[in-house]
Amino acid sequence: MKLKAIGAIAILLIVIGASCQSDDQIEFKRYYSAGSLVYQQHCQNCHGDKGQGLSSLIPPLTDSTYLKNNKAALACFIKNGLKGKITVAGRAFDDEMQADDIAPLEIAKVLTYVTNSFGNKMGTITLQQVQNDLKNCK
Amino acid sequence: MRNLWIGIIILTLFNACKSNTKTALPILGYKTPVTKTVNGKTVTDTEYATIPPFKFVNQYADTITEKSLDGKIYVADFFFTTCPSICPVMHRNMLKVYKEFKDDNNFRIISHTIDPKYDTVPVLKRYADKLGIAGNTWWLLHGEKGDTYKISKSYLQSVSEKNPKGEYIHDGFFILIDKQKRIRGTYEGTDPAEVTKLITDIKTLKAEPDQIAAK
Repeated sequence: MKLKAIGAIAILLIVIGASCQSDDQIEFKRYYSAGSLVYQQHCQNCHGDKGQGLSSLIPPLTDSTYLKNNKAALACFIKNGLKGKITVAGRAFDDEMQADDIAPLEIAKVLTYVTNSFGNKMGTITLQQVQNDLKNCK
Repeated sequence: MRNLWIGIIILTLFNACKSNTKTALPILGYKTPVTKTVNGKTVTDTEYATIPPFKFVNQYADTITEKSLDGKIYVADFFFTTCPSICPVMHRNMLKVYKEFKDDNNFRIISHTIDPKYDTVPVLKRYADKLGIAGNTWWLLHGEKGDTYKISKSYLQSVSEKNPKGEYIHDGFFILIDKQKRIRGTYEGTDPAEVTKLITDIKTLKAEPDQIAAK
Protein backbone atom coordinates (compact mmCIF):
# COMPACT_ATOMS: atom_id res chain seq x y z
CA MET A 1 0.00 0.00 0.00
CA LYS A 2 2.77 2.36 1.02
CA LEU A 3 4.64 1.46 -2.16
CA LYS A 4 1.63 2.31 -4.30
CA ALA A 5 1.30 5.70 -2.66
CA ILE A 6 4.96 6.48 -3.30
CA GLY A 7 4.57 5.37 -6.93
CA ALA A 8 1.55 7.61 -7.41
CA ILE A 9 3.37 10.60 -5.98
CA ALA A 10 6.37 9.92 -8.18
CA ILE A 11 4.20 9.81 -11.33
CA LEU A 12 2.45 13.01 -10.27
CA LEU A 13 5.81 14.76 -9.84
CA ILE A 14 6.94 13.62 -13.30
CA VAL A 15 3.74 14.91 -14.90
CA ILE A 16 4.04 18.24 -13.13
CA GLY A 17 7.69 18.44 -14.08
CA ALA A 18 6.93 17.80 -17.74
CA SER A 19 4.19 20.40 -17.86
CA CYS A 20 6.43 22.95 -16.21
CA GLN A 21 8.30 23.82 -19.40
CA SER A 22 8.62 27.55 -19.71
CA ASP A 23 6.62 29.42 -22.34
CA ASP A 24 9.88 30.13 -24.13
CA GLN A 25 10.66 26.43 -24.51
CA ILE A 26 7.20 25.69 -25.80
CA GLU A 27 7.43 28.52 -28.27
CA PHE A 28 10.82 27.28 -29.43
CA LYS A 29 9.48 23.77 -30.01
CA ARG A 30 6.47 25.09 -31.87
CA TYR A 31 8.63 27.26 -34.14
CA TYR A 32 11.18 24.50 -34.65
CA SER A 33 8.77 21.73 -35.66
CA ALA A 34 6.71 23.98 -37.94
CA GLY A 35 9.98 25.31 -39.35
CA SER A 36 11.13 21.84 -40.36
CA LEU A 37 8.07 21.56 -42.62
CA VAL A 38 8.73 24.96 -44.20
CA TYR A 39 12.32 23.84 -44.72
CA GLN A 40 11.26 20.65 -46.51
CA GLN A 41 8.97 22.58 -48.84
CA HIS A 42 11.09 25.64 -49.59
CA CYS A 43 14.74 24.91 -48.88
CA GLN A 44 15.59 21.23 -48.82
CA ASN A 45 15.79 20.58 -52.58
CA CYS A 46 18.77 22.90 -52.85
CA HIS A 47 20.31 22.98 -49.39
CA GLY A 48 19.82 19.26 -48.69
CA ASP A 49 18.21 17.23 -45.92
CA LYS A 50 21.27 17.69 -43.73
CA GLY A 51 21.93 21.30 -44.75
CA GLN A 52 24.89 20.00 -46.73
CA GLY A 53 24.42 22.20 -49.82
CA LEU A 54 25.76 21.03 -53.19
CA SER A 55 29.49 21.18 -53.95
CA SER A 56 30.43 24.78 -54.84
CA LEU A 57 27.01 25.52 -56.36
CA ILE A 58 24.85 25.77 -53.26
CA PRO A 59 26.29 26.74 -49.86
CA PRO A 60 25.78 24.50 -46.82
CA LEU A 61 23.82 25.74 -43.79
CA THR A 62 26.29 24.22 -41.36
CA ASP A 63 28.55 27.28 -40.93
CA SER A 64 27.42 28.55 -37.51
CA THR A 65 29.83 31.48 -37.61
CA TYR A 66 28.41 32.73 -40.91
CA LEU A 67 24.86 32.41 -39.59
CA LYS A 68 25.72 34.27 -36.37
CA ASN A 69 27.53 37.06 -38.22
CA ASN A 70 24.61 37.52 -40.60
CA LYS A 71 21.79 36.86 -38.14
CA ALA A 72 19.99 40.16 -38.78
CA ALA A 73 20.18 39.69 -42.57
CA LEU A 74 18.94 36.08 -42.78
CA ALA A 75 15.27 37.06 -43.05
CA CYS A 76 16.10 39.40 -45.94
CA PHE A 77 18.07 36.66 -47.71
CA ILE A 78 14.94 34.49 -47.75
CA LYS A 79 12.49 37.22 -48.71
CA ASN A 80 14.60 38.99 -51.35
CA GLY A 81 16.94 36.25 -52.47
CA LEU A 82 20.72 36.47 -52.40
CA LYS A 83 23.12 37.46 -55.15
CA GLY A 84 26.84 38.09 -55.30
CA LYS A 85 29.89 36.46 -53.80
CA ILE A 86 29.73 35.09 -50.28
CA THR A 87 32.14 32.93 -48.31
CA VAL A 88 30.60 30.07 -46.36
CA ALA A 89 32.50 27.32 -44.60
CA GLY A 90 35.73 28.64 -46.11
CA ARG A 91 34.47 28.35 -49.68
CA ALA A 92 33.35 31.02 -52.14
CA PHE A 93 29.87 30.89 -53.67
CA ASP A 94 28.47 33.30 -56.21
CA ASP A 95 25.33 31.78 -57.67
CA GLU A 96 21.95 33.31 -57.14
CA MET A 97 19.37 32.21 -54.58
CA GLN A 98 15.87 33.06 -55.72
CA ALA A 99 13.60 35.23 -53.61
CA ASP A 100 10.87 33.37 -51.74
CA ASP A 101 8.12 35.69 -50.60
CA ILE A 102 6.77 33.69 -47.66
CA ALA A 103 5.02 35.18 -44.61
CA PRO A 104 7.22 36.69 -41.86
CA LEU A 105 5.93 34.06 -39.43
CA GLU A 106 7.07 31.30 -41.77
CA ILE A 107 10.46 33.00 -42.09
CA ALA A 108 10.74 33.07 -38.30
CA LYS A 109 9.88 29.39 -38.06
CA VAL A 110 12.23 28.22 -40.79
CA LEU A 111 15.07 30.36 -39.44
CA THR A 112 14.52 28.89 -35.99
CA TYR A 113 14.76 25.46 -37.58
CA VAL A 114 17.88 26.17 -39.62
CA THR A 115 19.76 28.03 -36.89
CA ASN A 116 19.11 25.15 -34.47
CA SER A 117 19.79 22.24 -36.81
CA PHE A 118 22.85 20.94 -38.67
CA GLY A 119 25.07 21.68 -35.66
CA ASN A 120 23.80 25.25 -35.17
CA LYS A 121 22.41 26.47 -31.84
CA MET A 122 21.10 30.01 -31.86
CA GLY A 123 17.77 29.75 -30.02
CA THR A 124 14.39 31.04 -31.21
CA ILE A 125 14.23 33.61 -33.96
CA THR A 126 10.94 35.30 -33.18
CA LEU A 127 8.35 36.88 -35.43
CA GLN A 128 9.13 40.23 -33.77
CA GLN A 129 12.79 39.88 -34.71
CA VAL A 130 11.99 38.92 -38.29
CA GLN A 131 9.63 41.89 -38.70
CA ASN A 132 12.35 44.25 -37.41
CA ASP A 133 15.00 42.70 -39.65
CA LEU A 134 12.78 42.94 -42.71
CA LYS A 135 12.45 46.71 -42.19
CA ASN A 136 16.21 47.06 -42.52
CA CYS A 137 16.78 44.99 -45.65
CA LYS A 138 19.45 46.42 -47.90
CA MET B 1 6.64 -31.42 -31.09
CA ARG B 2 4.71 -32.43 -34.20
CA ASN B 3 4.04 -28.78 -34.99
CA LEU B 4 7.71 -27.98 -34.62
CA TRP B 5 8.65 -30.61 -37.22
CA ILE B 6 6.05 -29.28 -39.65
CA GLY B 7 7.45 -25.79 -39.08
CA ILE B 8 11.00 -26.91 -39.78
CA ILE B 9 9.95 -28.69 -42.97
CA ILE B 10 8.08 -25.64 -44.26
CA LEU B 11 11.04 -23.38 -43.50
CA THR B 12 13.40 -25.75 -45.31
CA LEU B 13 11.16 -25.80 -48.36
CA PHE B 14 10.98 -22.01 -48.43
CA ASN B 15 14.75 -21.70 -48.23
CA ALA B 16 15.17 -24.20 -51.04
CA CYS B 17 13.25 -21.85 -53.30
CA LYS B 18 15.80 -19.04 -52.95
CA SER B 19 17.87 -18.65 -56.04
CA ASN B 20 21.57 -18.02 -55.58
CA THR B 21 22.24 -16.89 -59.13
CA LYS B 22 22.35 -13.15 -59.76
CA THR B 23 19.43 -12.22 -61.93
CA ALA B 24 19.99 -10.23 -65.10
CA LEU B 25 18.34 -6.84 -65.42
CA PRO B 26 15.18 -6.65 -67.53
CA ILE B 27 15.22 -5.03 -70.96
CA LEU B 28 12.74 -2.16 -71.10
CA GLY B 29 11.21 -0.21 -73.94
CA TYR B 30 9.08 -1.17 -76.92
CA LYS B 31 9.58 -4.62 -78.38
CA THR B 32 8.97 -5.68 -81.95
CA PRO B 33 8.97 -9.26 -83.22
CA VAL B 34 11.28 -9.66 -86.21
CA THR B 35 11.15 -12.63 -88.53
CA LYS B 36 14.45 -13.50 -90.12
CA THR B 37 15.76 -16.36 -92.20
CA VAL B 38 18.80 -17.94 -90.61
CA ASN B 39 20.44 -20.91 -92.38
CA GLY B 40 17.31 -21.54 -94.40
CA LYS B 41 15.11 -21.61 -91.30
CA THR B 42 12.57 -18.93 -90.42
CA VAL B 43 13.25 -17.58 -86.94
CA THR B 44 11.19 -15.04 -85.04
CA ASP B 45 13.20 -12.90 -82.68
CA THR B 46 12.36 -10.02 -80.37
CA GLU B 47 14.00 -6.72 -81.16
CA TYR B 48 14.20 -4.20 -78.36
CA ALA B 49 14.04 -0.45 -78.76
CA THR B 50 17.46 1.19 -78.80
CA ILE B 51 18.60 4.79 -78.42
CA PRO B 52 18.79 6.23 -81.97
CA PRO B 53 21.83 8.11 -83.37
CA PHE B 54 22.32 11.66 -82.06
CA LYS B 55 24.73 14.56 -82.10
CA PHE B 56 25.28 16.94 -79.17
CA VAL B 57 28.12 19.03 -77.74
CA ASN B 58 29.54 18.52 -74.23
CA GLN B 59 30.88 21.02 -71.68
CA TYR B 60 34.32 20.93 -73.33
CA ALA B 61 32.73 21.85 -76.71
CA ASP B 62 33.53 18.33 -77.99
CA THR B 63 31.01 16.75 -80.33
CA ILE B 64 29.35 13.74 -78.75
CA THR B 65 27.46 11.19 -80.85
CA GLU B 66 26.08 7.73 -80.20
CA LYS B 67 29.51 6.45 -81.33
CA SER B 68 31.16 8.21 -78.37
CA LEU B 69 29.17 5.79 -76.18
CA ASP B 70 29.99 2.60 -78.11
CA GLY B 71 31.17 -0.10 -75.73
CA LYS B 72 30.01 1.90 -72.72
CA ILE B 73 27.29 1.48 -70.15
CA TYR B 74 25.77 4.86 -69.39
CA VAL B 75 23.19 6.74 -67.36
CA ALA B 76 21.18 9.61 -68.87
CA ASP B 77 19.10 12.37 -67.35
CA PHE B 78 17.52 15.72 -68.28
CA PHE B 79 18.09 18.94 -66.33
CA PHE B 80 18.90 22.64 -66.57
CA THR B 81 21.41 24.61 -64.51
CA THR B 82 19.01 27.22 -63.15
CA CYS B 83 16.42 24.64 -62.06
CA PRO B 84 15.35 25.48 -58.52
CA SER B 85 13.26 22.39 -57.86
CA ILE B 86 14.40 18.81 -58.43
CA CYS B 87 17.72 19.24 -60.26
CA PRO B 88 19.92 19.99 -57.23
CA VAL B 89 18.53 16.84 -55.58
CA MET B 90 19.07 14.80 -58.76
CA HIS B 91 22.65 15.91 -59.19
CA ARG B 92 23.46 15.55 -55.49
CA ASN B 93 22.40 11.93 -55.99
CA MET B 94 24.10 11.58 -59.39
CA LEU B 95 27.37 12.65 -57.75
CA LYS B 96 27.23 9.37 -55.80
CA VAL B 97 27.04 7.44 -59.08
CA TYR B 98 29.87 9.57 -60.49
CA LYS B 99 32.11 8.95 -57.48
CA GLU B 100 31.45 5.21 -57.62
CA PHE B 101 32.37 4.76 -61.30
CA LYS B 102 34.56 7.73 -62.24
CA ASP B 103 37.62 5.55 -62.80
CA ASP B 104 35.79 3.22 -65.18
CA ASN B 105 36.45 4.23 -68.78
CA ASN B 106 33.60 2.01 -69.98
CA PHE B 107 31.06 4.03 -68.03
CA ARG B 108 29.55 7.45 -68.72
CA ILE B 109 26.90 9.80 -67.38
CA ILE B 110 25.15 12.17 -69.81
CA SER B 111 22.96 15.04 -68.66
CA HIS B 112 21.00 16.79 -71.39
CA THR B 113 20.11 20.42 -70.73
CA ILE B 114 16.54 21.23 -71.70
CA ASP B 115 17.28 24.98 -71.60
CA PRO B 116 19.94 25.33 -74.34
CA LYS B 117 19.34 29.07 -74.67
CA TYR B 118 20.66 29.80 -71.17
CA ASP B 119 22.82 26.70 -70.68
CA THR B 120 25.46 27.44 -73.28
CA VAL B 121 28.69 25.43 -73.38
CA PRO B 122 30.57 27.89 -71.07
CA VAL B 123 27.64 27.84 -68.62
CA LEU B 124 27.72 24.03 -68.61
CA LYS B 125 31.51 24.04 -68.08
CA ARG B 126 31.17 26.42 -65.14
CA TYR B 127 28.38 24.25 -63.67
CA ALA B 128 30.58 21.15 -64.05
CA ASP B 129 33.50 22.86 -62.33
CA LYS B 130 31.33 24.03 -59.46
CA LEU B 131 29.70 20.63 -59.13
CA GLY B 132 33.21 19.27 -58.77
CA ILE B 133 33.28 16.97 -61.79
CA ALA B 134 36.26 16.67 -64.12
CA GLY B 135 37.47 14.40 -66.89
CA ASN B 136 35.17 12.57 -69.27
CA THR B 137 32.99 10.44 -67.00
CA TRP B 138 30.10 12.91 -66.85
CA TRP B 139 29.15 14.91 -69.93
CA LEU B 140 26.71 17.80 -69.83
CA LEU B 141 25.17 17.91 -73.29
CA HIS B 142 24.02 20.96 -75.23
CA GLY B 143 21.99 20.72 -78.42
CA GLU B 144 19.07 22.04 -80.41
CA LYS B 145 15.99 22.10 -78.26
CA GLY B 146 14.09 19.97 -80.80
CA ASP B 147 16.84 17.33 -80.82
CA THR B 148 16.89 17.12 -77.03
CA TYR B 149 13.13 16.90 -76.74
CA LYS B 150 13.05 14.26 -79.47
CA ILE B 151 15.68 12.06 -77.87
CA SER B 152 14.01 12.36 -74.45
CA LYS B 153 11.20 10.24 -75.88
CA SER B 154 13.66 7.44 -76.69
CA TYR B 155 14.60 7.45 -73.01
CA LEU B 156 10.85 7.24 -72.17
CA GLN B 157 11.13 10.71 -70.66
CA SER B 158 8.79 13.64 -70.85
CA VAL B 159 10.17 17.16 -71.07
CA SER B 160 8.33 20.20 -72.34
CA GLU B 161 8.53 23.92 -73.03
CA LYS B 162 8.16 26.47 -70.26
CA ASN B 163 4.67 26.58 -68.83
CA PRO B 164 2.82 29.91 -68.37
CA LYS B 165 4.58 30.38 -65.02
CA GLY B 166 7.92 30.23 -66.81
CA GLU B 167 8.86 26.86 -65.37
CA TYR B 168 10.18 23.87 -67.23
CA ILE B 169 8.41 20.63 -66.42
CA HIS B 170 10.53 17.53 -66.75
CA ASP B 171 10.86 14.05 -65.35
CA GLY B 172 13.57 13.40 -62.81
CA PHE B 173 14.50 9.88 -63.84
CA PHE B 174 17.96 8.39 -64.31
CA ILE B 175 17.93 5.99 -67.28
CA LEU B 176 20.38 3.08 -67.43
CA ILE B 177 21.52 2.13 -70.95
CA ASP B 178 23.57 -0.95 -71.82
CA LYS B 179 26.30 -1.41 -74.44
CA GLN B 180 23.66 -2.46 -77.00
CA LYS B 181 21.97 0.91 -76.34
CA ARG B 182 18.92 -0.73 -74.77
CA ILE B 183 17.13 0.63 -71.69
CA ARG B 184 17.85 -1.58 -68.67
CA GLY B 185 16.40 0.46 -65.83
CA THR B 186 14.73 3.73 -64.82
CA TYR B 187 15.29 5.25 -61.38
CA GLU B 188 13.70 8.19 -59.60
CA GLY B 189 16.69 10.53 -59.41
CA THR B 190 15.36 12.39 -56.38
CA ASP B 191 15.13 9.25 -54.22
CA PRO B 192 18.41 8.20 -52.53
CA ALA B 193 17.17 4.58 -52.17
CA GLU B 194 16.51 4.33 -55.93
CA VAL B 195 19.95 5.75 -56.64
CA THR B 196 21.54 3.13 -54.37
CA LYS B 197 19.67 0.53 -56.43
CA LEU B 198 20.99 2.12 -59.63
CA ILE B 199 24.57 1.74 -58.38
CA THR B 200 23.91 -1.94 -57.55
CA ASP B 201 22.25 -2.49 -60.93
CA ILE B 202 25.18 -0.95 -62.82
CA LYS B 203 27.45 -3.48 -61.11
CA THR B 204 25.06 -6.32 -62.01
CA LEU B 205 24.85 -5.11 -65.60
CA LYS B 206 28.64 -4.84 -65.94
CA ALA B 207 28.89 -8.50 -64.91
CA GLU B 208 26.41 -9.77 -67.53
CA PRO B 209 28.15 -11.95 -70.16
CA ASP B 210 26.90 -10.01 -73.20
CA GLN B 211 28.07 -6.73 -71.61
CA ILE B 212 31.54 -8.12 -70.95
CA ALA B 213 31.68 -9.43 -74.53
CA ALA B 214 30.41 -6.24 -76.18
CA LYS B 215 33.00 -3.81 -77.50
